[in-house]
Amino acid sequence: MEALQLIVNGLMAGTILAIPAIGLTTLFAVLRFTNFALASHMTIGAFAGFVANTSLGLPVIPSLLAAFVIAGLVGWLSDEFMLKPLRATGFITTAIGSIALTIALENIVRFIFGNAMRGYNLPLRRDWVIHDIRVSPQQAENLVIAVVVMALLFAFLTLTRTGKAMRAVADNPMLAAIKGINADMVARLVSFVGMGLAGLGGMLIGLDTTIDPLVGFKTILSVFAAAVVGGLGSIPGAVVGALVIGVGEELSLLVLTPAYRTAVGFIAILLVLTFRPRGILGQRAY
Amino acid sequence: MEHYLVAMGVTAGLYAVMALGMNVIWGMAGLINLGMVGFFAVGAYTSGLLTLKFGWPIPAGIVAGAAMGGLVGVLVALITVRLRGDYLAIVTLGFAETMRIVMSNELWIANGTDGLSGIPGPFRQALGPHLFNLMFLGIVVAATTILFFLFERLSHAPFGRVLRGIREDEQVVQVAGKNVIMFKVKAFAVGTAALGMAGALYGHFTSYIAPDLFAPLLTLYVKLSLLAGGLGNNVGAIVGAVLVVFFLESTRFVIPYIPEISAVQGAALREILIAGALLLVLRVRARGLIPEKIANVPLPDRPHAALSAKS
Repeated sequence: MEALQLIVNGLMAGTILAIPAIGLTTLFAVLRFTNFALASHMTIGAFAGFVANTSLGLPVIPSLLAAFVIAGLVGWLSDEFMLKPLRATGFITTAIGSIALTIALENIVRFIFGNAMRGYNLPLRRDWVIHDIRVSPQQAENLVIAVVVMALLFAFLTLTRTGKAMRAVADNPMLAAIKGINADMVARLVSFVGMGLAGLGGMLIGLDTTIDPLVGFKTILSVFAAAVVGGLGSIPGAVVGALVIGVGEELSLLVLTPAYRTAVGFIAILLVLTFRPRGILGQRAY
Repeated sequence: MEHYLVAMGVTAGLYAVMALGMNVIWGMAGLINLGMVGFFAVGAYTSGLLTLKFGWPIPAGIVAGAAMGGLVGVLVALITVRLRGDYLAIVTLGFAETMRIVMSNELWIANGTDGLSGIPGPFRQALGPHLFNLMFLGIVVAATTILFFLFERLSHAPFGRVLRGIREDEQVVQVAGKNVIMFKVKAFAVGTAALGMAGALYGHFTSYIAPDLFAPLLTLYVKLSLLAGGLGNNVGAIVGAVLVVFFLESTRFVIPYIPEISAVQGAALREILIAGALLLVLRVRARGLIPEKIANVPLPDRPHAALSAKS
């Protein structure tokens, strides 16, 4: 029974984790570097939502929208002015630049809000109990929100012209350029959407617990694990990977102490890279 | 004040040792290692535990720290070296974080988050704090000098040339009949051994190590040292380390003068300045103060070459 409860928890955690993992994998697919700045954008989203929720008194859904938009804007601007000029000099420089960027942004949040843990203003509700399985209404709501966001994103990528252009650039930048797709515009849009998703994911994670400036950094390894396990660059892969990592982290509680949850992600990365380097659904890793 | 300057000198020397190690991995072989601080921690813990719990003499502990750093480096390299660079970045970062989690939670190894205290330093009691620091400065300077000449030799030897070849174009090196994977593993081994040694020295100097000291920020400082000094260049690594420590310490003095700033805000501002400096260096002068000298063969522009190698 305990295992069943853990699997349920894991699936819910995994669905939320899928949101920033999709952001990461999309950024990678188009811009071709591992953007570690995702961590600080999760934090920025969580705090933007926090301000909207507690200072402006907005309910959860509009606050999530604020998290998406603010993190997306910061993502677009920081990419435009900080990372884009570095991309021409190769991915190592860009990856290191993205780490410097993430530390700078995280500390800007720390400068403004301090290190204290904060919680969202949420109505208190009793847990639902179905056949001995406990589910908190907030978790269930987060799950629904995450699924809706994913559905919207899939619709955007498959049905709209802009979405198709994004996929074209990810697939074959040269061919896309020949067909007249403006790669710069697509890069800007991807930075906005990818980092927006990171911010949204950061707030969803915060809704479940508390937030502090380290909220992004603490989850970044799980997000990367989800994207790598699923296959870096593949959106369905990111979803599958996030579910695997979510369930894996919860099930690890059966044998390990909670402190080792993040280590599960690392072990999963090592296993996948050793035995199936392209991930479950992804591209070649070397 | 003199006291302080000596301690600062020791820090600069330790950064220089780390920068020299990173230069082999990153500067020469062009491999990314974001988990630098993990190898530093391996060295610090190995030497700390061996001298404290098993009574090893300090020099043996330092050698063991370096050896262990190199050994773990080989393990990480063997798993990741076939992979594309972006995966290497993720795995090395994950390695350092996992190391920190393990050391925080496994109380039986080294007291968890409480850390190891009372790590012996050479003649610490006999010399008193001031002379001890001065002597340690001598040790660190000696270590830096020896490593410098060693790595300088290595850099001009065929080994160093092959590493630079791998950095510029792996395929060409492979066509020339070199075992690229072996060379990458060796580069990792040499570099991480230097990192392990720096960690061991650090433990014996401060007498206290704890998981929290091994945060990813340190990796960033050393990267900044290398970039500022000149990537791929051993002199640059040392000059950069001295500059970065000077910069880090001067922010410590300037920030308290800003009115109405709390301790947390001050610390945050310091990190913003450092990260900002790194971004600036990356942006303005990606080749550093003392750029790597490349033999008088006409080469195309580096950024351009890097791009065409990637595609």
